[in-house]
Amino acid sequence: MAAAAAVGPGPGDSPEGPEADAPGRRRKTHGMLKLYYGLSEGEAAGYSAGPDSLDPTDLNGAHFDPEVYLDKLRRECPLAQLMDSETDMVRQIRALDSDMQTLVYENYNKFISATDTIRKMKNDFRKMEDEMDRLATNMAVITNFSARISATLQDRHERITKLAGVHALLRKLQFLFELPSRLTKCVELGAYGQAVRYQGRARAVLQQYQHLPSFRAIQDDCQVITARLAQQLRQRFREGCSGAPEQAECVELLLALGEPAEELCEEFLAHARGRLEEELRSLETDLGPSPPAPDVLEFTDRGGNGFVGGLCQVAATYQELFAAQGPAGAEKLAAFARELGGRYFVLVERRLAQEQGGSDNSLLVRALDRFHRRLQAPGALLAAAGLSELATEIVERVARERLSHHLQGLRAAFLSCLTDVRQALAAPRLAGKEGPSLAELLANVASSILSPIKASLASVHLFTAKEVSFSNKPYFRGEFCSQGVREGLIVGFIRSMCQTAQSFCDSPGEKGGATPPALLLLLSRLCLDYETATISYILTLTDEQFLVQDQSPVTPVSTLCAEARETARRLLTHYVKVQGLVISQMLRKSVETRDWLSTLEPRNVRAVMKRVVEDTTAIDVQVGLLYEEGVRKAQSSDSSKRTFSVYSSSRQQSRYAPSYTPSAPMDTNLLSNIQKLFSERIDVFSPVEFNKVSVLTGIIKISLKTLLECVRLRTFGRFGLQQVQVDCHFLQLYLWRFVADEELVHLLLDEVVASAALRCPDPVPMEPSVVEVICERG
Amino acid sequence: MEDDAPVIYGLEFQVGLEETGGRCRLWLTRTCKRAHTDGKDSGLPGQGLGRRDQLGGWPSKAEGRHGPQRASARPAGARALTPQTAETDAIRFLVGTQSLKYDNQIHIIDFDDENNIINKNVLLHQAGEIWHISASPADKGVLATCYNKTSDSRVQACAAVWRMPKELESGSHESPDDPASNAQTLELLCHLDNGAHGNVACVVWEPMGDGKKVISLADSHILLWDLQASSSQAVHIHAVGLSGSFLRFIFSTPCLYSDGLYCQIYCIENAHGQLVRDLDFNPNKQYYLASCGDDCKVKFWDTRNVTEPVKTLEEHSHWVWSVRYNHSHDQLVLTGSSDSRVILSNMVSISSEPFGHLVDDDDVSDPEEHHAEKSKEPLQDNVIATYEEQEDSVYAVDWASADPWLFASLSYDGRLVINRVPRALKYHILL
Repeated sequence: MAAAAAVGPGPGDSPEGPEADAPGRRRKTHGMLKLYYGLSEGEAAGYSAGPDSLDPTDLNGAHFDPEVYLDKLRRECPLAQLMDSETDMVRQIRALDSDMQTLVYENYNKFISATDTIRKMKNDFRKMEDEMDRLATNMAVITNFSARISATLQDRHERITKLAGVHALLRKLQFLFELPSRLTKCVELGAYGQAVRYQGRARAVLQQYQHLPSFRAIQDDCQVITARLAQQLRQRFREGCSGAPEQAECVELLLALGEPAEELCEEFLAHARGRLEEELRSLETDLGPSPPAPDVLEFTDRGGNGFVGGLCQVAATYQELFAAQGPAGAEKLAAFARELGGRYFVLVERRLAQEQGGSDNSLLVRALDRFHRRLQAPGALLAAAGLSELATEIVERVARERLSHHLQGLRAAFLSCLTDVRQALAAPRLAGKEGPSLAELLANVASSILSPIKASLASVHLFTAKEVSFSNKPYFRGEFCSQGVREGLIVGFIRSMCQTAQSFCDSPGEKGGATPPALLLLLSRLCLDYETATISYILTLTDEQFLVQDQSPVTPVSTLCAEARETARRLLTHYVKVQGLVISQMLRKSVETRDWLSTLEPRNVRAVMKRVVEDTTAIDVQVGLLYEEGVRKAQSSDSSKRTFSVYSSSRQQSRYAPSYTPSAPMDTNLLSNIQKLFSERIDVFSPVEFNKVSVLTGIIKISLKTLLECVRLRTFGRFGLQQVQVDCHFLQLYLWRFVADEELVHLLLDEVVASAALRCPDPVPMEPSVVEVICERG
Repeated sequence: MEDDAPVIYGLEFQVGLEETGGRCRLWLTRTCKRAHTDGKDSGLPGQGLGRRDQLGGWPSKAEGRHGPQRASARPAGARALTPQTAETDAIRFLVGTQSLKYDNQIHIIDFDDENNIINKNVLLHQAGEIWHISASPADKGVLATCYNKTSDSRVQACAAVWRMPKELESGSHESPDDPASNAQTLELLCHLDNGAHGNVACVVWEPMGDGKKVISLADSHILLWDLQASSSQAVHIHAVGLSGSFLRFIFSTPCLYSDGLYCQIYCIENAHGQLVRDLDFNPNKQYYLASCGDDCKVKFWDTRNVTEPVKTLEEHSHWVWSVRYNHSHDQLVLTGSSDSRVILSNMVSISSEPFGHLVDDDDVSDPEEHHAEKSKEPLQDNVIATYEEQEDSVYAVDWASADPWLFASLSYDGRLVINRVPRALKYHILL
């Protein structure tokens, strides 16, 4: 039973029975084992159980009471269930019995073999004990012998140690005594390094034992030799023919000899300065007063390799040698680098300034890139000297100058383009054949402005290319793009273009000056095109190419557009004034120079009126080339005839007839007053809109108002009045089609005829039918 | 009655008063008897004023102008306007008419500032249509006109000096019911004729002089006349030929020509892009002058350096025919243009009192006040007002000689408008 209990709880030992019962049964088994081994009840309950284990009806519980369980079953269960549980129980009991038998059998075998094993072990251990005893005795004997040998060798060992010490001392002394001669030899052979090492080794000892006369003598000798050595080293150092590494070695040795470091620094730097200055001088001769032979790339290369390389080397050596000098030494080096660097920069700037006139940006940018890149290395070494910042500044400055150079170039291109246009406009008249039309000229101008802009943008863009070393500097990422390129170059150019165009409006001559009207018209259209499309196109292009990251405010497109529009408007207004003036002058001359009192009865329309109509038609064609038609006031689209017949017969008659008949002397004025009340005030020189009709309306308004004022200054005879009548009718016939509101032409011409009638002592108007006949004939 | 309201006078025997602000406009019309025999409609402007209440409800300008009172008997133009320079008490303007078919007249227009009444007398000027008129600075009764004599096939421009009847010299005491019928005639003092030089364009009196010296401008010549003791005879003492258009040449202050010696002092080439129509000297700073012309601009020049104008105004939209400095406050400049507008500008920066009214030395004792004066913001050059009462080209504007705050403008259709400088500005200048 005990064996069964010991093995029973192993896993998998309960092949049958519902899985759920397993923990409960195991618990019970544990409980029994515990009982067997005398573990107290409380302890068992402590970890095995809950209150359930106390339940006497629990078949697996420790406190199982068969009587209670049976009672419970009998009381609670129906017969069938009782029968079931009975069979179940019998089956379980049987299974448990067979389990137990198996276990007992298996464990018994194991127990037998374990007993055999233990017995064999007992035998072995007994043998081992005997051998251990023998070992202990032997060890004791060995210890005894060893102690005896040590005792015997004791005093001899001491003597040997002493002898070894004396030997070492003697060797040192020998070194010391030989030192002067060795040093001399080293110096003679030029093995300065060896000499300095010897000297370093001996110095402390000599220092310590200098009170002994013999050592003193050695020390003195050494000092003399060392002084000579130092002398020679300096000599070699000063000779300067040797390269920087050897010099560095000299300096190192001198330092090891305990020479004063500061003095050495100075000398070192002075020497380096000499070499670097030589580099600078050679650069300067390259620069020369004569045109520079090597191109800028070569120049910066040479500068970079010669000067900047040298400077780097000097700086590196210096830092290596004089690291112990601390901040004072670094400061000295920085000052040195600053000074020489400054001189170098001056040279570079002079060279770059010579490059400003050139047009090749790529070469310049490459040169700048190399220049800047070379200076990055010493920049790291010599942070205090700020050479890198200075170099960046120079690059920035050059970039700025490039921008302004490009701006100048664009301006010049615009101006030369204008000159071309002027010539083209003047040419056809000379050649007598048709030149390029205004529209073509406009396209030419637009493209010949746009392409330099694009070229400039492209070449300026090189400054911000990724592979260029300075392109990631904050200036080039921010300000250069936004303030420099966008504002300075593009916006600046557009502004200056507008200004140039506007300057044509206030030419001092004011008589149209030298500016041909067609140019005004063309510029106006150009500005208008800029307003509608080109400006935003250019700016978008710029913004795309130069990803503007700067936060500073930039001129918005709308402002520029407004400026361009204003320019276009002013130009067009000026155009109207100029053309109006041309026609006005013709009309004015024609009125002022004629003797209106003694003129003959009109037979024809005066030639000048035909000329006016011709010129107006020419202007109409010219404007039509560039500007859209525009909106006319909605009127009967019927031809001029009808409108005119209304004007000439009914209106004109109603206007004149009464005033010349004594019966109704007041009608004229009344009528004219009433008419004025209904007509709006005419602003003669008013701003025009961007279309053909508005332009023509402006010109005609100016001309007719001039005619009116001139007529008012003259006195007309009867035929003079009639001539005016004919002329006005003729103008009416041809001018109405050009204007937005033909009523305007009627009104002004009415006014002219009425004024002429007022200025006539003998006003007898011509029959409208006759007027018409004359006009149609003419 | 609003103080700033313009007073309008039509030469076709109408008098108009209108209030600005568009609320109501009232036309007081003195119609000619031939047109309207109704006694009620004619009469004194004073009576008209009395009728204002009755007519005051007219809603709009347009309606007012349609009224039958507006009808006029004669088509008449007018270009000539001058203040009566020698008159220092009453506000009086002389206006000459231009008519080829009827007798021309000179209207003497008195303006009673306190009662806002216009009073006028008519003088017949039978010699011809008047192109220019100027009043003697010394004698109220003397004036000079330039007029056109039209014969059958010839128009000749002449000039003459006239004397008006004594009783009209110092304003009207009575106003005849029909001015046309019993209009008095001017007494001719002398002609300023010289056979050698033809058409006279204008006549100018020696400013501040004794009324004896007159300059006339004829056919590119400047003629200096000395009126003899009785002013009945004019002796031509000097003539100087000018080349080019007449107003390109600028004559300066009286002292320079009083000895009868001319010299061209300066010449402003290309002063205006087109014709120069008028010019006026700053009365208080005589090296400044204003000119105006067909390029719609008014330019101010410093005669010490005539290469560039000092200032340019471009407010008008058509030819500027007339420019006048105010005599007392020369920052006020008046211009009239054929765009039917009159513009009053404030040219403080080139006036004789650029920093406002200077404090007298006596007042400086009070530092506070002095400080306040200095801190006062100086006025900027600007347009004070644009007057659009006229409906036709304005050919003449002028300031009243007696009241520096009053000016008149005359348009081609014969309407005379009297305006006042805005009160706010007046106080700003005075205080």
